[in-house]
Amino acid sequence: MTLQSFRSKGASRVRNLMAGALMASTALAGSAAWAETTITAVMHSGLRVLDPIITTAHITRNHAYMIYDVLVAVDGNFAPQPQMAEWSVSEDGKVYTFTLRDGLMFHDGTPVTMADAEASLKRWAEKDSGGQIIMDRTESLTATDDKTLVWTLTEPFAPLLDTIGKQSALPPFIMPARIAATPTDTAITEHVGSGPFKFVEAEFQPGVSVTYVKNEDYVPRDEPADNMAGGKVVHVDKVVWSTMPDASTAINALLGDEIDYIESVQVDLLPLLEGDPDVINEKREPLGYQTIGRMNFKHAPFDNVKVRQAAMMALDQQAILSALVGNPDYYEICGAIFGCGTPLADTTGSDSLTSGGDLEAAKALLAESGYDGTPIVLMAPTDVVALAAQPVVASQALRNAGFNVDMQPMDWQTLVTRRASQNAPADGGWNMFFTNWLVPEISSPLVSPMLNGRGDGAWFGWPEDEKIEELKAAFIAASSLEEQQKVAAEIQAHNMEQVLYVPVGQYALPQARRSNIVDMLPSPVPVFWNVKKEE
Amino acid sequence: MLGYLIRRVLAIIPVMLIVAIFVFLLLRLTPGDPAAIIAGDMATPEQLERIREAMGLNQPIHTQFISWMGRLLQGDLGTSLISGTPVITMVGQRMFPTINIALLTIVIAVAIAVPMGVLAAWRHRSWVDYAVMSFSVMGFSVPVFVIGYIFILVFSITLGWLPVQGYAAPAEKGFGEFLYRGILPALTLATIYIALIARMTRASMLEVLGEDYIRTARAKGVKESRVLFRHALRNAAVPILTVIGTGFALLISGVVVTESVFNIPGIGRLTVDAILARDYPVIQAMILITSATYVVVNLIIDISYTIFDPRIRY
Repeated sequence: MTLQSFRSKGASRVRNLMAGALMASTALAGSAAWAETTITAVMHSGLRVLDPIITTAHITRNHAYMIYDVLVAVDGNFAPQPQMAEWSVSEDGKVYTFTLRDGLMFHDGTPVTMADAEASLKRWAEKDSGGQIIMDRTESLTATDDKTLVWTLTEPFAPLLDTIGKQSALPPFIMPARIAATPTDTAITEHVGSGPFKFVEAEFQPGVSVTYVKNEDYVPRDEPADNMAGGKVVHVDKVVWSTMPDASTAINALLGDEIDYIESVQVDLLPLLEGDPDVINEKREPLGYQTIGRMNFKHAPFDNVKVRQAAMMALDQQAILSALVGNPDYYEICGAIFGCGTPLADTTGSDSLTSGGDLEAAKALLAESGYDGTPIVLMAPTDVVALAAQPVVASQALRNAGFNVDMQPMDWQTLVTRRASQNAPADGGWNMFFTNWLVPEISSPLVSPMLNGRGDGAWFGWPEDEKIEELKAAFIAASSLEEQQKVAAEIQAHNMEQVLYVPVGQYALPQARRSNIVDMLPSPVPVFWNVKKEE
Repeated sequence: MLGYLIRRVLAIIPVMLIVAIFVFLLLRLTPGDPAAIIAGDMATPEQLERIREAMGLNQPIHTQFISWMGRLLQGDLGTSLISGTPVITMVGQRMFPTINIALLTIVIAVAIAVPMGVLAAWRHRSWVDYAVMSFSVMGFSVPVFVIGYIFILVFSITLGWLPVQGYAAPAEKGFGEFLYRGILPALTLATIYIALIARMTRASMLEVLGEDYIRTARAKGVKESRVLFRHALRNAAVPILTVIGTGFALLISGVVVTESVFNIPGIGRLTVDAILARDYPVIQAMILITSATYVVVNLIIDISYTIFDPRIRY
């Protein structure tokens, strides 16, 4: 017996004695409560918004995967698989016919029908960029009976199944038609899904805790669970998501066996967990996050492509990732805009970024660009740990290259408000900021928000870039993975030439769990089916 | 007395009105956009605009203010912009953990600090006095989160006697479970109040112990404990009560660090979360409630003076 386990067991006995003495009033609780299997998990943030279509917040999407189901889901190879429905495609690639599988019921006891799926898909497509692209090519989307949905396109759209099966940012969750009739700018107020868990509204405390109970009526698929696809077999009675604003508290609670799981552990706190044999630290899945820099195309000096190129040349992924993550086990230098480890990964044009930056080339380009010393307003959020280091390191790198940098510290809320402003930087606007994406959110030109060249209709920064729109159209027209990869390589080269955004590398936030929590699925979305809690 | 009470209660109305106007204006002048929190990172400018429109955030400020005041006068604190939950429900969920922990803290602090202060005054300039004063300086100086982490390290991680975090409502889980989970945060918070109250008790007692009536009591042969607690402490009570009362109000409004360290779902965290998300109705409600707490606690303190010092009359 190790000293630690001895101490732990001794401490446990004392704790039990104290608890027994103090909790006399709870001793009468029914024995059934003790037999219940509950997983208490600390998630990366508190759940506040419950509508998975109105927001792209990850915590809301994760909540939605608990209580809703999807027609199609992607497996670990990013391949779409049947989930609620099987499908067939017409020979000309224009008609997709989906057939609902048997036994699916909403949590209010009503059966799921394809009319619900039709309404849910239409609401989703109003909000999701991929959905909008499909709807632009849609002739009709109709439930022909309770079990059949026919989606007729005006032209073939090969990535349709990938788009409706994606796990970020907005998957098309299926909800009852009456709820899906809610306008997309208004949050839904009923939370009825057909997924493997039921939401316990009475126990919901926004930002504090949310409780799910097993949906006893759920009929899982027969295939083994694989990423978001396969059989969602639930082995626990209850899952409680608790929000802990203090990272140390969550770690101490895990060490003290008060909670079972932490979704994201700050890498610098890992040593606190590493000495405990009853705690397992691991990467939830290999892809993790991509951190990126985005410039404002509307205002000088980043309206000049040479200045953008000079700024990218000055940046060094290694320096930024070292400051951001520290431990090299948890970051990866990666110049692929679609993320390393994804089917479309290509690193064309990223040599300077991934090999320490090229200050001389940056200075030369800057001189060539005619940059007049206009200050670069670089917004630096100070209250988000995962975004605090990038602007600081980038500021110095840009100064070293000859930029006049005005780094402005602010809270994240101020940043998200200010980045929506198209005013001049000196008048409440901005020149550059950094943010992070889950790799699946940027793994394809159809989902990556930065690869939008429609000016004011584009994501913050508002580039006007006809070429990127043409390349995306070519990607949509590609009929095989090889063709898609070829177009993706062209998009990568175009991005690095125009600097639509700067990929600054990939990193993973490890998860931690008690050793009696087993069979957790590796997935970008933390899911609680398949997982077991051993005695 | 009754007239005084009525005047004081009526005075709450203009105070709250001024607070409401200031809070509303300050929040609207602070940069931030609740629509951005709702929509998430991928939202396009048009989508944000549509959400702002639907939430009424694009209306002129005076229209928003009139509409908010109208609802407030009917007792409606509004609905959270972020979660859609009525603010009154959120406050109801979060108020009791804070109040209960604050009450436990005050009970612990008074039970320890008052005897400490009396003892220090009684044994003025002895080692007891110096020990109490040293503890007092330490209690003021060490940040509350450091004390919290030390308690967690000792009592939860090393000894394993008490849980690291969490809150149990006494009404649902029983008083034993509430104490089991609440004792560490209450002790943590109590440290600073023990220091404060002990210091104030000592100072007040020293002043009173030099009075003629104390010398007279001693000359009459009254027992020393009776002199201290019956004659001296009662006369020294007014400033001590003031400190205890304002301390309670401070606890209600300022326990966010302790709530974070011990994961207590109280109103401190609710307020900070609301500020970070620019959830205007929640922030406005919380500041109004905090202001009302201060006003009411001060009123109760003023009334309690008449009980402890019969010379005071309103």
